[in-house]
Parts: sequence; structure tokens; C-alpha cells
Amino acid sequence: MHHLSIEKIRNDFPILKTKTKGKPLIFLDNASTSQKPAIVIRAVDEFYKKYNSNIHRGLYGIAERATKEYEETRKVVADFIGAKDSAEIIFTSGTTEAVNLTAFSWGEKNVKRGDNIITTVSEHHSNFVPWQQLAKRKKANFLVSPILADGTIDQNSLLKLITNKAKLIAITYISNVLGTINPIGSIIQAIRKKNKNAKILIDGAQAVPHLPINVKLLDCDFLVFSGHKMLGPNGIGTLYAKREILENMPPFLYGGHMVKAVNIKDAAFNDVPWKFEAGTQNIAGVIGLKTAINYLKSVPDKEISHYLQEITQYAVAQLLTIPGITIYGKTGGKGRIGTISFNIKGAHPHDLAQILGNNNICVRAGHHCAMPLHRALGIASSIRASFYIYNTKEEVEILKKTLLKARRILNN
Amino acid sequence: MEQLYKEAIMDHYKHPHNYGLTKEPDFSAKEDNIFCGDSIVITLKTKNNKIKEVGFQGEGCVISQATASMLTDHIKGKTLKSIGLLTVKDAIRLLGVSLSPSRMKCAELPLIAIKKALKLA
Repeated sequence: MHHLSIEKIRNDFPILKTKTKGKPLIFLDNASTSQKPAIVIRAVDEFYKKYNSNIHRGLYGIAERATKEYEETRKVVADFIGAKDSAEIIFTSGTTEAVNLTAFSWGEKNVKRGDNIITTVSEHHSNFVPWQQLAKRKKANFLVSPILADGTIDQNSLLKLITNKAKLIAITYISNVLGTINPIGSIIQAIRKKNKNAKILIDGAQAVPHLPINVKLLDCDFLVFSGHKMLGPNGIGTLYAKREILENMPPFLYGGHMVKAVNIKDAAFNDVPWKFEAGTQNIAGVIGLKTAINYLKSVPDKEISHYLQEITQYAVAQLLTIPGITIYGKTGGKGRIGTISFNIKGAHPHDLAQILGNNNICVRAGHHCAMPLHRALGIASSIRASFYIYNTKEEVEILKKTLLKARRILNN
Repeated sequence: MEQLYKEAIMDHYKHPHNYGLTKEPDFSAKEDNIFCGDSIVITLKTKNNKIKEVGFQGEGCVISQATASMLTDHIKGKTLKSIGLLTVKDAIRLLGVSLSPSRMKCAELPLIAIKKALKLA
């Protein structure tokens, strides 16, 4: 991507023009949430200003428009991730709800005592705790595969856990801490060879904003992700699942619109996907998500991935020049995204993050909702800088300079 | 300059007072901040309901460690009753800086550990 087009992208994000105490915003907490382009903010605003109404109900103009926009988004999302059928797209409040929906609906019905639920130590808590708790409820076994030194899933260990007792494998495409990209396509194929009935859920919260994804090619059973990490509004996410799986899943939440008919004794449930969308949905969020995806699509895939790779390599290389730094996971620029977790000897992550924060540089410090991973790395916490399409090399340099300054304050 | 990391605080962080565990303590407790992984162990000896000796060991950020250093100084010779009345505001007053809500937990950690050890919480 040329210098000109990154400037153009930055210009689309109102928040990037803000300053605090004269210092420009340097937002490097994109693994946590992304900023929103003006076009997304406008789309949400326009819904509330011009056609706020409930979907699938009103026989009047603005409700018809809201319903149309909402259902069109389903097609846009399906197309974005290569799903064959837009009924395979369920809107949720985010990744967490999508995983919980799967655990409480599919999991409650299908997981039995003695079955194996398999995950990895590198998962975000949202793809770990729901399975751990499902296993406890069902007296199933919860098996956790380790990772390799470079942060990728230890495939040999994972595959050893895949026996005929394996019911579900829940793994992340990209670690939210280490930024390492797992070879998820080949992992799925290898799992299928050992057990063709086990279901596979992919946590795409970090991957969908960064990589082109095709669920048909990947052949995953479930894919979960959030809108807010990919320029969309808060409170909207997606559960993708193969249609035949969704057809056989019981509802998760009961209420309005998820039913076809109700009498005193029983209810007939709506079809997929509406069976899983009870109550008034986050319509503004859905419409904002569509706008965000269209915005992402307006920048060619190749340009985005090339630029993101370039800034990742640059950031890793620059950070490695800081004395006493340890970067976790891959220390080259390849096979990872620009989500970089590190520690600097003698400096506590919270102190570093605070000094960066005082300079309007936003990073995350702590365990990033991945305590088992931090334990496996032998650390209590780390500091994480995560880059996205609007970040620049100049920002990398300011980050590095400020970290060096913080190190001097804390160390001498 | 970073106001939070002023000299007095950094001095307590780099050269903490009362660092190291008391031998044969009357009271002890460990407290963790699950948010950041910081932890602190407090050991105390008392005489006539007053703090006679106090020692701590911990790993953590500047705020938690400097507060532990200052707070352990502060409670020496104090009665258990008066320690029971200490709040996070007192800990922050000792530091002499204002803290954002997310950092208050750091200053509170040593106080929680002390109260837990003395069974005042």
C-alpha cells in the first residue's frame, strides 16, 4: 500500500484526528477492539435517525427498510466468509455469545459423559471456559493441547488427543496474545482423518479482521467472530455453522420471533437462522457490520494483507532492538499478525502501559483474557501492542522511543 | 516527566523498606491481583495489639510495590484497631499521587494483604 492510501484510510477514522494533552492518538489495542470509520458511524446514526424500527414485524415502510438492511447483511457476511447459504449466519452479540450459544445448544444436546472436548492452551478465555464448564456439566473430559515454542498449536500433541471419543475440537485461528497464525486448514484435515464425526469450531475473532477466510475451503463446522474488531460497532458478532448442524440444534434463547406458533402446551420454532435470534436484535449493529465489511472489501485483500505484513515485520524488528525485551511467539515477521506481546526486563507491564498511556499510546497490559497461555509461557502478564490497517511506521517509531524512555524511568 | 513515577515513589520501588519475610510471624497472608498477576506476601509480629515487626515480599508494578513499602512503614507501632480503619484512600495519600480507577487496585493490594493477615477484613 502506498503512503498516500494509508493517509486516505486514516482520514476515514474520526478518532485518529483526536488528541489528548496535545498528543495524537496512537491506537495499538486493535486485538481488543478496532476503531470505526466515519461511514460505519454514519450508518448506525442513519438507522436511528431515519428508519429506526423493529425488523420482521412492521408492515410499514421504515420497518421494511430495516428488515431489508438486516437480512442483506446476512448475505454480505456469508459472502465475506465464503458460506454457501446466508441461513448459516447467526447474529450474536459477539464471539463470546457465539461460543456460548454453541456450547449451550449443540453442546448440551450432543456431548455425553465420557466424551472428549479438546482445545488448546493458547485460547482466549471465551473459547476455553464455555467448554471447560460444558465438560464439567456433562462429566465429559476437557483436554488441552500444548503449543510449540513459536506459539503455534503443537499438532502432534493435538492429534494424539483425537480419538473416537473426540466430540468437539475448539481452536483459535490466530492467538489473541501471540498473533501466531495456526495452519488451521491442514489441522482441520488432519483431525477429520482421525475422526470424521467430531465437530470443529474455529475462533476467528482475530483472524477474520486480518485474513481472507473461506469456511467452505476450511471445512470447519463452526466459525465465531466479532464485528467490533473489524471496524464494526460493538455488540454484534457472528456464529457461522453448517446448515445441517444448525437444523439439528435446539434453540438457545426462547422468546419472540424465534417461534412460528405458540399454544399453551408447546411452541413450534422458527426456521434457521431465526430460531437462534430471539428478541429484538441489535439492528443498528448489524447494519454497521455490513458497512464495515463493505469498507474492508473496498481495500483490495492483497493490499491490506501486504501492508499489515509489512508493518508487522517492521514493528517486530524495531521492538527487538529494545534492550531486555522478550517477544513471545514468532520473532520473525512471518506466520503472524501484528499482535505482539512482550515484556521488558525490570519493567512491569502495567507501568509500561501506564507511561505509554500518558503519551496517548494505547496498548494492553495484563493476561489478555488468556491466563492458561500466560501460565504456559511462565509469566503472569505481558504488554501487547496490536496493529491494524490505519497504523503507521511512524507510530511504531514513537512506540519504540516511548518504551525506551519508560525503561529509563523504571530501570535506573 | 511522568508524574506518577516521581522520585519518592521510584525510591520506594527500587529500595523497598521492610522487604523480606519476618521469621516466625504471628500473622501472614498472601494476596494476588488476578488482573495483572501481581502478588504480595505479608508477615507480621504483634505485641500488646500493636505491630511490632512487618515484612513483605512481592512481585508487581511500581504502585503495588511502593505502596507496600510505604504502608508497612506506616503501620509499625500502630494498633490493630487503627489498621482496621485504613482504606485505599489512605494508601493513595501515602503515595502522594492521584491514581486512575484501574490503578487503585495496585495500591489496594498490600492493604488487602495486611488486613487479611490480621483478620481485619
